Amino acid sequence: MRIEQHPILTFEKKKEVEFTFDGKKMKGYEGEPIASALHANGVMVLSYSKNSHRARGFYCAIGNCSSCLMTVNGEPNVRVCTEKLREGMVVETQRDRGDLK
Amino acid sequence: MRKTEIAVIGGGPAGLMAALAAAEMGAEVTLVDKNNNLGGQLVKQTHMFFGSEKEHASTRGIDIGKLLAKEAQNHSKIKIMNNSEVIGYYPDDGVIGIEVEEEKFVKLKADKIIIATGASEKFLPFVNNDLPGIYGAGAVQTLMNEHGVVPGNNVLMVGAGNIGLIVSYQLMQAGVNVKAIIDAAPKIGGYLVHASKVARLGVPILTSYSVKAAYPNQITKALERASIWKVDQNWQPIPGTEKVLKVDVLCISVGLSPLAELLWQAGCNMKYVPQLGGHVPTRTNDLETSVTGIYVAGDVAGVEEASSAMIEGRLAGLNAAKSLGYDNGTYEEKHQEALNQLHDLRSGPVGEKIREGISQLVS
Repeated sequence: MRIEQHPILTFEKKKEVEFTFDGKKMKGYEGEPIASALHANGVMVLSYSKNSHRARGFYCAIGNCSSCLMTVNGEPNVRVCTEKLREGMVVETQRDRGDLK
Repeated sequence: MRKTEIAVIGGGPAGLMAALAAAEMGAEVTLVDKNNNLGGQLVKQTHMFFGSEKEHASTRGIDIGKLLAKEAQNHSKIKIMNNSEVIGYYPDDGVIGIEVEEEKFVKLKADKIIIATGASEKFLPFVNNDLPGIYGAGAVQTLMNEHGVVPGNNVLMVGAGNIGLIVSYQLMQAGVNVKAIIDAAPKIGGYLVHASKVARLGVPILTSYSVKAAYPNQITKALERASIWKVDQNWQPIPGTEKVLKVDVLCISVGLSPLAELLWQAGCNMKYVPQLGGHVPTRTNDLETSVTGIYVAGDVAGVEEASSAMIEGRLAGLNAAKSLGYDNGTYEEKHQEALNQLHDLRSGPVGEKIREGISQLVS
């Protein structure tokens, strides 16, 4: 799902890092949004709505719409469309509204 | 508490131009942006711009963004706060609250504020419109052009305005199949030059069509199919005209609405103007809102496009600086020039809607 060739753009190769999604090991690039790393790994469902349990993906990709909230390193309600990926991050599907620590 | 003469909120085309214009007049400016890179939505615009030389016509949006960002970074009068999200404006004491790098809370007090926060994508009601795989067209553009990831394999684009047409073309540049572009209006809303580009590549553009429903894959829960149907001249769907498309991505490109939260907080007089995308502030010709010292520029002042956002930015920047007594001797000339450029951009049939909208706002 990553673009290999493009007529206009070149994408500089960033450092590859490992992270986990619901316990599964995945690879992405350091500093890219978590959502883009997940998408590149074929993950489109990021959370479930808390009342009707409907699957949710991202929508706006620029941190406005709150459709992409996930639990990252134990912290709920992280906007993964703008949150940068770091080595060893623990990313989890969010199914409820989460608790503040 | 930090202090600045002019705070510019938002580092897209409008905000960058505002900061540059105010600094050029001699004012000291702080430019606040939530992203790491300045340029706003210019960072994903791979197409060349129209308009005049001054707004970098014939240059790709992405390059205009870099050019302006560099100019702002090198300007001694401009202090840049990136990765800094404004989370509130407190009108009682005029303080802007900013979350920096997601960990520090910084208070900023400015003599004048220019709000250039842009707009966000509108949504469309239809059955199952919340399925993963249904994205704003701009979101897909960000994913592809900024981060190098394609959204899927087969796309249905909803909306044949300029964004819908341009993003469809960009999807094809990235190797993605665009099955169709549909629009509920009876004719294509975007420029003919953009429509021709995608039509030449064999993408059908279906006017008077709307989305009926989206359907998920039972295992992945993400989008698998979408059905569309024809609408009559009263926008009512016509049963029996349904078509089903096998798509894993549905892009919604039905317009933008201004990100006006800070204007509401500041107590600016707001008005609902459909021609400009939603609630927008009333203002003077010089882009000052009903709250003295708060200026607006770009999409937050009414959804238009990047060239006019840049000129509005310059106008707001010039005026905010002038109101503090700054003038390097070129204010009169530059001020008049900006007004003339806006007038020219909005003249003709294409600018009719914008002219109608703005006439309801300017006092």
